[in-house]
Amino acid sequence: MIMSKCVRWMIVLSIIIGCTACNTEHRFVKRTEFKGKNIIAITFAGPVDENWINNPKAIKINEQQDPDILLTIDHVEISKDCKTVLIFLKDALNQTNVHMVALNDIMSEGKSQGTAVVSVKKLYWGNLLTILIGAMLVQNYVFVKYLGLCIFLGVTKKRSTAIGMGISFTIVIIFSTTISWFLYQFILKPFQIEFLQIIVFIGLVALTVQAVDTILRKVNPILFKEFGVYLVLIISSCLILAVPLIMAAQDYDFFESLMLSAGAGLGFFLALFLMSCVRERLDLAPIPESYQGMPIAFIVSGLFALSFMGFSGMSIF
Amino acid sequence: MLEDNKSYSNIFLNGIFNDNPIFRLALSMCPAVGISTNVMNGLLMGIAVLFVQFCSSLTISLIKNYIHPRIRIPTYTLTIATWVTVTDLVLAAFFPVAYKSLGIFVRLIVVFCFITMRLDVFARKNPVFPSLVDAVGMGLGFMFGMMAIGGVRELMGMGTLLGYDILGFRPLLFFVLPASGFFVVGFMMAIFNYTETVFNRRKRARRAVS
Repeated sequence: MIMSKCVRWMIVLSIIIGCTACNTEHRFVKRTEFKGKNIIAITFAGPVDENWINNPKAIKINEQQDPDILLTIDHVEISKDCKTVLIFLKDALNQTNVHMVALNDIMSEGKSQGTAVVSVKKLYWGNLLTILIGAMLVQNYVFVKYLGLCIFLGVTKKRSTAIGMGISFTIVIIFSTTISWFLYQFILKPFQIEFLQIIVFIGLVALTVQAVDTILRKVNPILFKEFGVYLVLIISSCLILAVPLIMAAQDYDFFESLMLSAGAGLGFFLALFLMSCVRERLDLAPIPESYQGMPIAFIVSGLFALSFMGFSGMSIF
Repeated sequence: MLEDNKSYSNIFLNGIFNDNPIFRLALSMCPAVGISTNVMNGLLMGIAVLFVQFCSSLTISLIKNYIHPRIRIPTYTLTIATWVTVTDLVLAAFFPVAYKSLGIFVRLIVVFCFITMRLDVFARKNPVFPSLVDAVGMGLGFMFGMMAIGGVRELMGMGTLLGYDILGFRPLLFFVLPASGFFVVGFMMAIFNYTETVFNRRKRARRAVS
């Protein structure tokens, strides 16, 4: 009994550790990681030669998406035991992207260890959390990326409608992004018809909305009465199409796209809720005649956008 | 056929003034706030939207007799999506710099509400030529709106227009910030409302005097 419990926890623990550890693809390279803004640290299994590392042809670094653009290396530092190498780059790294480091003909104590191409990336869980927080706050789709404004201005007159819209939007966007991920990875990409993604995604969104509408009508008529009105509106939102397009452009894996859609939905919910609270108060405020209605709503969302800019320096992992 | 009170010039001007997609209908505000940092972006976006609106109005008014009323909205969406794909690929192939500065918004033309609305309200019920006139009017109205917002933001933020130096200094750098799009749109709408109320008041006063 205790054994089985222990084994279960061991399995979970090993999965977590397995996911967080940054394994590399070469036997001689132990670890690769980002350090600070413009430093990549590489740990080797044995000591490497100093004159190999100072050879300008030894190390080449590029981002995974564009292999043609090599990043310029400022200088290289080597630790005392010659096992850890710090590569200082001229410009700050974009840590959300995977970087490839090509190590040509590694020399260790006079012997060649072969050429290695290793990737540098952030820890997986950290990456997921970054995507979630990023989509929710740092890159909030309404206040920072200016998407989905039609619905945002349309339904925020009352708090109850804003909450209803937020919940149904979050559900629909998670569904539709998940389905579009499967379609994109298993149909569009293998058959090389990525240029059809706009048509496929918009059709898919319409289908998802229709499906949720039909299912909800049968399964839970009370809930449908509350949220059914908003479902039709969702199709006309920019945001619902933008998230699958961003997911396809960034080539996210399944959990990353799940986090992206959840973050986008929750961020939208947050924006709707904040805005509806303000607009309920605005109804009672003495506003000049020409500012009533839309103009004051725009100015309030401009103030929100300014305050959301405060999140822009935030990065957790 | 056309009704008597609707001449071609009326249809054309309707899109630019009475039913201006940005200032009057307040539909598809996302590009108006998101990428209107300069006149050039507004112009390019306007041309792209004009092209999509023109082609989809043409398509829908040609095949309007074959569309079943129950599935008309999906038909519109797919038609627009096809033409947006065409625009997207053409822009990416021939104008890569402009395509990069417009970003994801070229693809999002699919979900601009006013294109679907014009197809449903006008192109579905009218012959080919009037729908084309209407499409050009709406497209130009959108383009002028975008260029007006872009002009204000570029002039106030950078002191330039279309890249040419006009003021020689930068009045308020705040207008280059992305967040200022909301403020500019809000203030311009308020100015539109104000001129309209003043205009109406004068009209009423003149009528009272006469």
